[in-house]
Amino acid sequence: MSILIDRNTRVITQGITGKTGAFHTRLCRDYANGKACFVAGVNPNKAGEDFEGIPIFGTVKEAKQRTGATVSVVYVPPPFAASAIDEAVDAELDLVICITEGVPVRDMIVTRHRMRDRKTLLVGPNCPGVITPDEIKIGIMPGHIHKKGRIGVVSRSGTLTYEAVGQLMELGLGQSTCVGIGGDPVNGLKHIDIMRMFNADPETDAVIMVGEIGGDDEETCARWIKEHMNKPVIGFIAGVTAPPGKRMGHAGAIISGGKGTAAEKLAVMEACGIKVTRNPADMGKLLKSVL
Amino acid sequence: MNVHEYQGKEILRRYGVATPRGEPCFSVADADAAARRLGGKVWVVKAQIHAGGRGKGGGVKVAKSLDEVHDYASKILGMTLVTHQTGPQGRLVKRLLVEEGADIRKELYVGMVVDRSSQRVTLMASSEGGMEIEEVAARTPEKIHKVAIDPVAGLTDTQADEVARKIGIPAASIAQARQFMHGLYRAFVECDASLAEINPLILTGDGQVLALDAKLNFDDNALFRHPDIVAMRDLDEEDPAEVEASKFDLSYISLNGNIGCLVNGAGLAMATMDAIKLFGAEPANFLDVGGGATTQKVTEAFKLMLKNPAVKGILVNIFGGIMRCDTIAEGVIAAAKEVKLSVPLVVRMKGTNEDLGRQLLQASGLPIISAGTIAEAAQKIVAAVGGANKERAV
Repeated sequence: MSILIDRNTRVITQGITGKTGAFHTRLCRDYANGKACFVAGVNPNKAGEDFEGIPIFGTVKEAKQRTGATVSVVYVPPPFAASAIDEAVDAELDLVICITEGVPVRDMIVTRHRMRDRKTLLVGPNCPGVITPDEIKIGIMPGHIHKKGRIGVVSRSGTLTYEAVGQLMELGLGQSTCVGIGGDPVNGLKHIDIMRMFNADPETDAVIMVGEIGGDDEETCARWIKEHMNKPVIGFIAGVTAPPGKRMGHAGAIISGGKGTAAEKLAVMEACGIKVTRNPADMGKLLKSVL
Repeated sequence: MNVHEYQGKEILRRYGVATPRGEPCFSVADADAAARRLGGKVWVVKAQIHAGGRGKGGGVKVAKSLDEVHDYASKILGMTLVTHQTGPQGRLVKRLLVEEGADIRKELYVGMVVDRSSQRVTLMASSEGGMEIEEVAARTPEKIHKVAIDPVAGLTDTQADEVARKIGIPAASIAQARQFMHGLYRAFVECDASLAEINPLILTGDGQVLALDAKLNFDDNALFRHPDIVAMRDLDEEDPAEVEASKFDLSYISLNGNIGCLVNGAGLAMATMDAIKLFGAEPANFLDVGGGATTQKVTEAFKLMLKNPAVKGILVNIFGGIMRCDTIAEGVIAAAKEVKLSVPLVVRMKGTNEDLGRQLLQASGLPIISAGTIAEAAQKIVAAVGGANKERAV
């Protein structure tokens, strides 16, 4: 098992004909069971055509009806990304993974409001995506650095997630699922949501939680872990050296009003019994030590 | 993106938010003329820089005659204003706002931010205006009133009136306060603001509700919708290195240390900076080259870091995923040659084709120090610049 996605997941790609969408759809299709998983693309102007054998539909709803897909991945440009998510929600998909970086916050506020009481889950925007190694990858992460195993990884950043995976691999530890939840201030699933899923997943033994400055998602998750988690979790928070008031790349990575510092997050995590490291090279080792 | 106070007020007035009358001035003569046009007996001369704490730093003066306006304008224009937000180097004042004086009965606070947990725009208000709101929040949190605004319904009259009453606006001025808050919310949403602070919001002797100050920040991701706001950008208020970086699609932030860092990905870039600090030195910058670390981008990044005279060494940390390490190595070699690199360079590459990448670096004949992990890379560059090299308690 795994969380969110597996070899049986069927995926619609929104923005399949754009440069990024096309490039990454090829890589996803070529990864593990990808050929069977990536069953549809959406582009209202190219309905009836196909993308290298993957049929293109005019709407998400039609793509779902015709292929039985329940998950979509969004690569459409920032001004249109939130409406792409809305379309997937209206089509009642189970999960939307929005890779697009640079979506206006106001758009996401409205989209998240529309998603209340709806069944669709959202990962992202501005995220690398989700991978269940050796089964399926949905997103822009390099597939080949992963292998199947029993460690869950959840992170707000892309390359830092790959770094954590790389360290696990050097110690021979594979991953159950790796989820990049994205670096934007208003997004879908948060650390706590993913942590709940890993806790319930019989094939995940332990979790690496990678956070960064800004907001208080890591603290909220840490408090939940203290009360409910029955598996070991280790943590790292990027941005100890980040100055307040400066946006460190990600729109959400900013210390504002004295809140969201790495020190504060690390303190709460430690107080909740989570082993943390301040050395980004030690995430793998620390995880191995708690197994 | 940030704008000046006078620009923020200009935007707010379009949405019916009341402010004192005033004019931006770029010279002392401008200030004299503005004060005459405004009329009255009292004027306020305010330095326009993108930083708070201007009053304490001597950048805001109340003038009681046209001569005083002239004097204050002469003193403030061209001064280097140091506040708790500018850092010790201060900021050169190039613009002024000359406003009519206001009869202040009460100083209050109204702000708006995007609250991440509720995923809504949140109105914050307090009876304690004129002070840092963080201080109020720390000392008297009960004096801060918050309302999460439904994105479909918007701010309701009931919500606005309730907040106005809670911060001590008298009954006679409630209607004005309501209009003020509605205007502020509309401006916030329609202009894609990420932060709005009216500190202080004042109640005047005759019961008017006015924005005496205005701080607005905007969501960079939404600027494509607002060419009028983009036109307000004042490059003098931004770090020249950061402006230069943005031309090459590099995300760069100047810091105070002596080790330049070039990394792909924001999270990994922060982690790399943290590792440098962990091993006893300080990073000179944050620099995310993004996904496509091409030779041109890497070269521009090197040039940018080396413009900073404090940089005594460079650490490159790249996780090669889709982008292969051998391609990145070629970029680093070409960049190092082009800028005739003379400071120590430590390169740590991980991921696709990392061995091939390392071989290329070795074969280049350049004095590049190779490292296997982030920690090793940080230790090596800290040692190379002669800094501390002892791991502190982890």
